[in-house]
Amino acid sequence: MMQSALSALFWRELQLARSVGGGGAMGVVFFLILVSLTPFAIGPDLNLLSRIGPAILWIAALLATLLGLDRLFQSDADDGSLDLLLTAATPLELVVLVKCVAHWIATALPLIVASPLLGLTLAMEPASLAGISLSLLAGTPALTMLGAIGAALTAGLRRGGLLMAVLILPLTTPVLIFGVSAATAASGGTVPFHIPILILCGLSLAAVAGAPFAAAAALRSRDA
Amino acid sequence: MLKYANPTNFLALAARLIPWLAAATALLLIVGLYLTFFVAPDDYQQGASVKIMYLHVPSAWLSMMCYIIMTSAALGTIVWRHPLADAAQKAAAPLGAAFTLLCLVSGSLWGKPMWGTWWVWDARLTSVLVLFLIYLGLVGLWRTIEEPAQAARAAAILTLVGVVNIPIIKFSVDWWNTLHQPASVFRVGGPAISGSMLWTLLIMALGFSFLFLTLHLMAIRNEILRRRLRRLSIDAAHAEEKAEATA
Repeated sequence: MMQSALSALFWRELQLARSVGGGGAMGVVFFLILVSLTPFAIGPDLNLLSRIGPAILWIAALLATLLGLDRLFQSDADDGSLDLLLTAATPLELVVLVKCVAHWIATALPLIVASPLLGLTLAMEPASLAGISLSLLAGTPALTMLGAIGAALTAGLRRGGLLMAVLILPLTTPVLIFGVSAATAASGGTVPFHIPILILCGLSLAAVAGAPFAAAAALRSRDA
Repeated sequence: MLKYANPTNFLALAARLIPWLAAATALLLIVGLYLTFFVAPDDYQQGASVKIMYLHVPSAWLSMMCYIIMTSAALGTIVWRHPLADAAQKAAAPLGAAFTLLCLVSGSLWGKPMWGTWWVWDARLTSVLVLFLIYLGLVGLWRTIEEPAQAARAAAILTLVGVVNIPIIKFSVDWWNTLHQPASVFRVGGPAISGSMLWTLLIMALGFSFLFLTLHLMAIRNEILRRRLRRLSIDAAHAEEKAEATA
């Protein structure tokens, strides 16, 4: 019974993300805009762009992931379905986890697929392109899970979106550091590629294990 | 001890303690500043600018101690839902932000003559900056949620999540090769600074701790009174409504 409830929730989330205003496609467009604005800001110097390309892609992915996340619980809080999820027999921690997985598939996976193409426009080398995709694949789950805590804390608040970014962005610093260092290590350097990528996987696993409890506690605290 | 968990008893205790704590703070800071400027020697390399240490190091300690106190209060909020724990949490966040800012600014002023730069992105400085941002986020969260008990629970969760940063700050100078020097007071093998400098530092640190304690107690008292005022005004609004309905 619980399995079917969770899988129903999973498909519901994916369908909502695909529908108009769901934010799945918007995230990629936002990512594209952020990346293409950067060369205008720093000038079309290809050497410089290929050197800071991983950093640009990571910053853009971070912002695109987090800014899409404020809708994770907000729309459910608005239409009342969050109250149903809170009173349901299914553990809230699993509900949070399933919603995050669906959200990650709908928003982060397209970013990861698009990132090598955008990396080409930033004159990044092939090894670096593979590195950025792998590092985003390993690191974005941590971003989604951390963002879920912020989304749960700010669900139902007026002007919650900006507050959520302020609360969560400082906590994403380690992910950003190791994400960029993995992507740059892929195209040569003193650090072997597997060290930052393993740390990144560890951060994501820790976030997947811990964040659902914090986010569920935050959701329960809204009206306890 | 449990007697003082009652807000009314706590207010009475705070009213008795605050003047003594304030006096002790003033005394310690006066003695500490006297020692800083007239007794503690100049460094043979750094000259007089070493005196920034007596401001910088205590504020850095306090910025972390404040977070630890706030974390204990957050546990009190989550486990017992105690209003006093809520007030202690709320009162600590702006104080922690202030001490962290003091630490960052004094460190920056010290860094310019010593390192030749206001700021470097090494692990210690960056993790303290993240601590400052977490404090600011908490203040923002407190101000956004109107219902105090709900704000307390949300802030407690964020505080508990953010506590991972504290060991990172403490050990950043050991884990990474930073421009910031490693610990020289609390370390294996005893303090690496000696004599009058160590004493001055410890007295300043004690003075800062008493300053924090005084300000924290005062802020908790204000928060309890603010909550009572809120309750009274809600009750008054209800009474008025009822009177209008019957009239």
